[in-house]
Amino acid sequence: MKRVMSGNETVSQAVKLSRVQVISAYPITPQTSISEKLSEICGSGEMDAKFVKVESEHSAMATLIGASSTGVRTFTATSSQGLALMQELLFWVSGARLPVVMVNVNRAMAAPWTIWCDQTDSVSQRDTGWLQFYCWSNQEILDSVICAFRIAEELLIPCMVCHDGFFISHTHEVIDIPEQNQVDAFLPPRKAEYKLDTANPRTFSGGTMPSMFMEFRYKVQAAFERAQGVIDQTYKQFAQTFGRDYRAVEPYYADDAEILLIASGSAASTVYHTVRQMRESGRKVGLLRMRQLRPLPVEGVLKHLTDGAALAVIDRNLSPGTGGVFAQELRAALHRKGSDHRVHEFVGGLGGRDITAADIEKICDDLDNKTADPAGINWVGLNR
Amino acid sequence: MSDTPDYDFCASHDFYGHTACPGCGEKILFRHVLDVLGPETVIVAPAGCAAVTDGVFPHSLSPVPYLHVAFGATASAAAGVRAGLDMSGRENVTVLAWAGDGATFDIGMGALSAIAERNENVLYVCYDNEAYMNTGMQRSSATPLGCWTTTTPASRLKSEPKKDIDAIMAAHRIPYVATASPAFLDDLKGKVERAKAIRGLRFMHLFSPCPPGWKSDPADSIAIARLAVESNVFPLYEVYEGERLRLTCQSSSVPVAEYLKLQGRFKYMSEREAEDMQRAVERSYAALKLRHEKSKVCL
Repeated sequence: MKRVMSGNETVSQAVKLSRVQVISAYPITPQTSISEKLSEICGSGEMDAKFVKVESEHSAMATLIGASSTGVRTFTATSSQGLALMQELLFWVSGARLPVVMVNVNRAMAAPWTIWCDQTDSVSQRDTGWLQFYCWSNQEILDSVICAFRIAEELLIPCMVCHDGFFISHTHEVIDIPEQNQVDAFLPPRKAEYKLDTANPRTFSGGTMPSMFMEFRYKVQAAFERAQGVIDQTYKQFAQTFGRDYRAVEPYYADDAEILLIASGSAASTVYHTVRQMRESGRKVGLLRMRQLRPLPVEGVLKHLTDGAALAVIDRNLSPGTGGVFAQELRAALHRKGSDHRVHEFVGGLGGRDITAADIEKICDDLDNKTADPAGINWVGLNR
Repeated sequence: MSDTPDYDFCASHDFYGHTACPGCGEKILFRHVLDVLGPETVIVAPAGCAAVTDGVFPHSLSPVPYLHVAFGATASAAAGVRAGLDMSGRENVTVLAWAGDGATFDIGMGALSAIAERNENVLYVCYDNEAYMNTGMQRSSATPLGCWTTTTPASRLKSEPKKDIDAIMAAHRIPYVATASPAFLDDLKGKVERAKAIRGLRFMHLFSPCPPGWKSDPADSIAIARLAVESNVFPLYEVYEGERLRLTCQSSSVPVAEYLKLQGRFKYMSEREAEDMQRAVERSYAALKLRHEKSKVCL
């Protein structure tokens, strides 16, 4: 069924189709309309779930820790300050191997106050042990949330599905909503091997000594190492069921590109549009759209790298003192794989500033003219 | 009426091997509360003495499912467990939040107030040893005035009175609030039984002696708990729907000084401060008694 809806409303449809049993959330712009819609469909009985309306994001995640430990499917959504307030428990969820799924609507971190988009909120949670997906369209949000439950429950690793505040959350697009029975076949009810069960009493997450703790962490790492295989397999089955195909890294005119632009989220849409225009005028530029930060899909990037291609990573986030997080991550991962490609680092679009087609053309010009700083941050659209 | 347990669920489930200090009030309370609640119980517990003395992985003394959670997360996680159990057809299971005073009066207060406002179907029990004992005796908002802790040293004893958590919880108009003591087991068990039978948020505040933190003899734990009740420092009562208050143990008006003198944590208190405390205790108890009498009229 085709419908026109906003990115946030799409999330609520995905949550309903995924037959989530416990939801807990706290209002924050630009996430709020997800909670509102879910309140409505839980309240009306359209969805058989309990929505626990808490007093903070910390409590939202704490509630899901409790609920998920009983073996049910759980969901929350947040943004920015809310995600940061949860941080303690983000570590907890992944350490406790709870397959919680969360949507984070990307919004910059204060101070100063801003409600507008950048990805510093979620990328700064990269060490908390969550898978992270980045969407560029409403259809992709719907599909990613459904896939996220399957992936999380298979790996026992929580999943964060991110989309850009306002650019995507409040943009309406046509989406194809799958039939419930199709989703049920793709995503059966959660089967928790370990749960709070009075018939089989167990203690969860109790104290560990140095002789034990490292092995728990090793197992989390091992799960991340097999995550890409599980994700790819999930996409394959998703494509068979729903006819839409996803990859961790989506290429566009990538394979013969002399300049390869690497971006995620809504910025990638602008890059896509600009690449198409530049190709029409004969410039050999291409796009690699990053759909994941965790696990970092470095193989998906390597596959498309030709000798001599100039790489430009456009980050809508900043880790002060280093630079853009996707760029930093890719540089390290490529080096680890023995690649000698230099990663040029472009940081822009912070706090909701547009990354325009003109900005992207200028990035390409700077790379062509060798005026881009090969070692430091190249700022996009900064008024100095 | 006997003052010893008449059934012992815990003893029948290898309830041994905890790592609590000798004379610890919490373990006595835990055992007797669980004896009443029985096997259809799930425990949610934050950081604190209970969490670390339950045993080190893979050992756990709990005979029922036990979920450790982060320090400020108890109340919300308990509500989440409730939601999950309800959604999977296990409404009959009691969700027991088991938290110390730091987790309850301080870091978890916002979340506790929230589950009270929502009247979540959870039994929240606070074992109160009146400071952060697990981290080594730092003051909490449950620490009484004039008390020594490592962060209210002799040079600057605690200068604020203890937070009145029971009044705060009762002000939420939750179905049941009760105080109880390991020195009055029948009273304690009766309250747990009543709490178990009620739906909605039930809050129990348990007095939990701590020999290392209170600088007291482990052999005196129950005597101190008894004196706390008899001197009205820790009166035993229950409040229904935030309205009807019932004192459950007659006061014997033992001087507060009798309670203080068994504990090294009060040894820096001046005579004047001790007298002030005596008067404050009398005022509080008189107020409770008045409410008790009024509640009888209301019945």
